[in-house]
Amino acid sequence: MLDRVKLTLGRLGHNFIDGVWRVGAMTRFFVQVIAASGTSARRFRLVMREVYFTGVLSLIIIVVSGLFVGMVLGLQGFQTLQRYGAQESIGVLVALSLVRELGPVVAALLFASRAGSAITAEIGLMKATEQLTAMDMMAVSPMSRVIAPRFWAGVISMPVLAAIFSAMGIFGGYLVGVVLIGVDNGAFWSQMQAAVDFRYDVLNGVVKSFVFGIAVTVIATFEGFDAPPTAEGVSGATTRTVVSSALTILALDLVLTAFMLRGDA
Amino acid sequence: MERTTIDLWFGAFVIAGFAALLVLALKAGNLGAERPASTYQVQARFDNIGGLKVRAPVRSSGVLVGRVAEIHFDNERFQASVTLALDSRYTFPKDTSASILTSGLLGEQYVGLDAGGDEKKLAQGDRVSITQSAVVLERLIGQFLFSKAQEDGGKK
Amino acid sequence: MSEAPLVEIDAVQFGYGRSLVLKGISMRIPRGKIVAIMGGSGCGKTTLLRLVSGQLKPTAGSVRLAGETVHELDREGLYRLRRRMSMLFQFGALFTDLSVYDNVAFPLREHTDLSEAMVRDLVLLKLEAVGLRGAHNLMPSELSGGMARRVALARAVVMDPMLVLYDEPFAGLDPISMSVVGSLIRRLNHALGATSILVTHDVVESMQIVDYLYFVADGRVVGEGTPDEIRASATPVVHQFVHGETDGPVPFHYPAPDYAADVGLADAAKEPVHA
Repeated sequence: MLDRVKLTLGRLGHNFIDGVWRVGAMTRFFVQVIAASGTSARRFRLVMREVYFTGVLSLIIIVVSGLFVGMVLGLQGFQTLQRYGAQESIGVLVALSLVRELGPVVAALLFASRAGSAITAEIGLMKATEQLTAMDMMAVSPMSRVIAPRFWAGVISMPVLAAIFSAMGIFGGYLVGVVLIGVDNGAFWSQMQAAVDFRYDVLNGVVKSFVFGIAVTVIATFEGFDAPPTAEGVSGATTRTVVSSALTILALDLVLTAFMLRGDA
Repeated sequence: MERTTIDLWFGAFVIAGFAALLVLALKAGNLGAERPASTYQVQARFDNIGGLKVRAPVRSSGVLVGRVAEIHFDNERFQASVTLALDSRYTFPKDTSASILTSGLLGEQYVGLDAGGDEKKLAQGDRVSITQSAVVLERLIGQFLFSKAQEDGGKK
Repeated sequence: MSEAPLVEIDAVQFGYGRSLVLKGISMRIPRGKIVAIMGGSGCGKTTLLRLVSGQLKPTAGSVRLAGETVHELDREGLYRLRRRMSMLFQFGALFTDLSVYDNVAFPLREHTDLSEAMVRDLVLLKLEAVGLRGAHNLMPSELSGGMARRVALARAVVMDPMLVLYDEPFAGLDPISMSVVGSLIRRLNHALGATSILVTHDVVESMQIVDYLYFVADGRVVGEGTPDEIRASATPVVHQFVHGETDGPVPFHYPAPDYAADVGLADAAKEPVHA
């Protein structure tokens, strides 16, 4: 029994140190990626190609989930607001929760599991099949040719996806609120417009998704680059990408929200 | 061949993003009609502002004419000093009164302006001198109960 | 060997962690020749290639390539050197997201400002040399192992390197592909006037194409010479390797305690079971 406790504690300590190591290594990696970004700027086509793979191919899941989330918000919001006779505020509820929180956060979570895991798996496999070493041997830096374009593609894609997610969600809320339940169309939009501020709500949401984009792609590319060059190594790294991206997104969201609300009050 | 399709997708993706942002800004947000091109600021002192917040609307006859720009506590007069940013399209007489009102029973609080009859108009930096504080529900209920008790006492 | 050799490996030691993989190896690889480094699996042959290409730094000794000490170069110097050499990886290491054509064109597009027409001519020329011009539209996933190796070979020589390193070029190939790759290595080396280093454990195939062989065992060079000299060698390790004998100086068994003791027979013998 005592042995088992000791073992568990030891493992916990090990995991903790490993986590700290990862944060440090990832920060160094981030700086290296930034330093190796010259090629991405000079040959923007490389970035555009990756935007296609990370951003465009994530569109379907983002659009569909956004629509559903908006519709659920509309239904749930209606149930609650009805009691206070404030059904018209359904637009406010849907728009504010999407633009401030759900849009950036859920879009980032979806992005991490759709595109982040794909990036990790792709880079991990390139490493396992010696493609990265081969590139290095051809005097082409994998950092600037493979990692940096994927990083910038993610940073560009994330705010776009989050905005599309929010817009689709509001449309979903409109479908449920106005079309299905029959809330007054004018009241729906006007209340929303009165409550949602462009700078404080919309732009802050964009800032959030931008930060999440950086976090997810740094994690995804790092895990891929750092993956042991074996099948288990790559699959483990893919899982780690999704898990640590999710945790990082939620933690960052807390910090960012706290900052933004403070500036708000 | 493949390169042009990548260009196409990238373009479509970016445009979709901007379109979504535009929808959020104009359709859901207040970027379209509400943001006035230019404003002028006037001060108002209140004994109690209740739950008034920065960016709360300023309305006159129910029309949005500006927003609360700043709230701070005046430590000499022990009053709340509220700065109102009013849309330059609207002008008000010097003796306009400001009161803090609530939309609905539990709704958000806003500043209501009631125009007076002065010839001169309010200008940048002026002070609205006639103000009425927010109605604090607890006090109202307290007063109501107190007067009720007095009435009952009188009847006996 | 009157000319200065292209690659000089001088008393190189290298270890992962505390255990030394290479325990003082010296080799001289002359210009224009094909040299094989042979030895059993896990004897440090591939490590040697990585030292020559500057992916690893030796713990002691020096590696000199074309007059430059590889492990003292900074990143820029290393990349400058690597533009004049190339490496064929064990499984080709083709870029899976690029077509055969784009794979071969990759070094040209990265390092030169050649027009697309020039790139096309060069790529098709090299693909023709390995007999795969007709396959230029395929993706790497559509190629067999032997074809992938040949595409990788075309990619390796597209910049006309002075030195080509081959890491197990014959591993996992059928006999026909093996001799195709073998003769290609020979032909390309002569056509380019390049120098080749082969790391392999395929005795038969490499004996036919190389000019000189080094035998590595236990982190040391245990034998060297031309193919004829090697065939006649009396050194036990070399003899065992060339003739493929199961037991010899390279033991069949991984070091282990006595088999009888391990399965408990020894104890049983000492203490008969009381029924």
